[in-house]
Amino acid sequence: MQTLVPETDIVKRIVAERRGRPGPLLEILHAIQGELGYIPGGAVPLVAQGLNLSRAEVHGVVTFYHYFRRSRPGTHTVQICRAESCQSMGAEALAEHARTRLGIDFHETTANGRFSLEPIYCLGNCACSPAIMIDGQLHGRVTPERFDALIAAGEKAK
Amino acid sequence: MSTVVYVPGDAGALSLGAGEVAQAISAEARERGADIALVRNGSRGVYWLEPLVEVETEAGRMAYGPVSAADVPGLFGADFLHGGVHPLAHGVTDSIPWLHGQQRLTFERVGVVDPTSLADYVKHGGYRGLTRALSMSAADIVQAVTASGLRGRGGAAFPTGIKWKTVLDQRTAQKYITCNADEGDSGTFADRMLMEGDPLSLIEGMTIAGIAVGATQGYIYLRVEYPHALRTLQSALAAATQGRYLGSDVAGSGKRFDLEVRVGAGAYICGEETSMLESLEGKRGEIRVRPPLPAIKGLFGQPTIVNNVITLASVPWILDHGADAYANFGTGKSRGTLPIQLAGNIRRGGLIERAFGLTLRELLYDYGGGSATGRPIRTVQVGGPLGAYIPASQFDTAVDYEALSGIGALLGHGGIVVFDDSVDMAHMARYAMEFCAIESCGKCTPCRIGSTRGVEVIERIIQGIDAERNVQLLEELCDTMVQGSLCGLGGMAPFPVQSALKYFREDFRARAK
Repeated sequence: MQTLVPETDIVKRIVAERRGRPGPLLEILHAIQGELGYIPGGAVPLVAQGLNLSRAEVHGVVTFYHYFRRSRPGTHTVQICRAESCQSMGAEALAEHARTRLGIDFHETTANGRFSLEPIYCLGNCACSPAIMIDGQLHGRVTPERFDALIAAGEKAK
Repeated sequence: MSTVVYVPGDAGALSLGAGEVAQAISAEARERGADIALVRNGSRGVYWLEPLVEVETEAGRMAYGPVSAADVPGLFGADFLHGGVHPLAHGVTDSIPWLHGQQRLTFERVGVVDPTSLADYVKHGGYRGLTRALSMSAADIVQAVTASGLRGRGGAAFPTGIKWKTVLDQRTAQKYITCNADEGDSGTFADRMLMEGDPLSLIEGMTIAGIAVGATQGYIYLRVEYPHALRTLQSALAAATQGRYLGSDVAGSGKRFDLEVRVGAGAYICGEETSMLESLEGKRGEIRVRPPLPAIKGLFGQPTIVNNVITLASVPWILDHGADAYANFGTGKSRGTLPIQLAGNIRRGGLIERAFGLTLRELLYDYGGGSATGRPIRTVQVGGPLGAYIPASQFDTAVDYEALSGIGALLGHGGIVVFDDSVDMAHMARYAMEFCAIESCGKCTPCRIGSTRGVEVIERIIQGIDAERNVQLLEELCDTMVQGSLCGLGGMAPFPVQSALKYFREDFRARAK
């Protein structure tokens, strides 16, 4: 619970900086997730208060969008495209391989906190399917071998 | 003088190692004392040759690809800086047959220029459209867009000029120009390529729209899955602002236009225009019931243009070259050019901009070279996850709005996803319903509940439980969703399912576990 105080300060600062912008809620949530990695439950009442919204309204927005997460992510976030184009090039098998390799299912984080696995619906790399994204880096024509190499690099890196 | 070397900074090229190639070229040049200037251009859309490295020579830009970092010493050894012969050489880029026959209007600068250089943009014809627009009356600008025959390239194909006219006719102090850059359809990447390769053309198009209808504020609603496009757009916005093409005095005209990017948060439904407006306002992306149209009551309740990236980026060309020049391309009511995206299981995938009228067969075999796996192509899905699956027997259909709707399909945003004969169409039908269930905004029952029931019914069919009755039930469910949903997500998600049932019924049977 020690981190709670600075997190509160961060959320308050973000709200104060952006509350005057037109339609600021999504921008505020992006900024919170950008700094903290997720939207802590404690942020919801602070944001609601700052924008003069109900907690239910803020909660409703946080939970509507797939991108916003309510739990701390692993060090590395691995997103595997599940959309049609990638499926036509073996994305289902690649996803199965990823689950086995990481020992987790979609929306889960490995026990050592290193990797979170997320499905994603199109990365716009459809001429180079199957595609995945790791920490914002896009990878195309990914084979299981290439996936393993990328994960091995992630295991070594900080 | 230094030799100009182009290595794309496009996300697709980077996904194949263009970043490492650029580093290797810089390092090798340093080591050999070669004087080069490295430009990170967009992609030419020839993704089967990415990373595609180009060198400026006396004979023109010479292409080498696909280049890996390991190829770089060999390229220097073959004197590629002077267009030297090498197994990866393709000669002058523009004469690569795959590119040569294309008619690039909207994409004329993509892959050619430095995307964030205002000087390069202007040198290649940028801002001529805006200059022309500033010498015209508002009504004449709108009339030019109408006369060009340009229709919304996002998928709905609504005549752009008519939408603009509606906004122009509203008498309010505040109006908005919004760009729908929530390109969520699988098989499409034209918006991404344009925003990464020539973002200033989108900015110019939005500025012209603002001048035309009297709007002073624009928003680009960009999907969060496109971090590379976000960076390029932000650099381009800064360059345009610094060059005084944005802000309080657009190109010295005394007119104001401000523009900013807002980032989505991973909701496919926000590609639906009213849902996008809700999201821009910072709310849940639930669709609005129309009327009122966004052109009358849109963002923050004000008259708003909502156009797709390609639609807006086509406007500068139209203003610069004239409405007739644009309308001279194309066929019937499909005027101009269409950036087609060839994706999925295809040997030579990428972006093909041509006048409307090519057939699927020409695209799949002449451009695409057949499937990537070498197996027969069994079906293609055109127009994203809400588009119908088209069987091989209909590959002679032209890729335009009317011809595709004539066979019960749709063009959408122009993406074509190719499947070989290993595809399981019951599985794809199940996925269509699953996708709709995941992405439904939940506002209307047919979409929210129907899609979940659809997944369950298809699973029962696959398990062989009362198959005949369940197929009938699935057909009725599809009808209900098509007739009863509030927007295109629930209303069109059944299209892939219905087409799979119609053309690939043999796949809807019990299978061994």
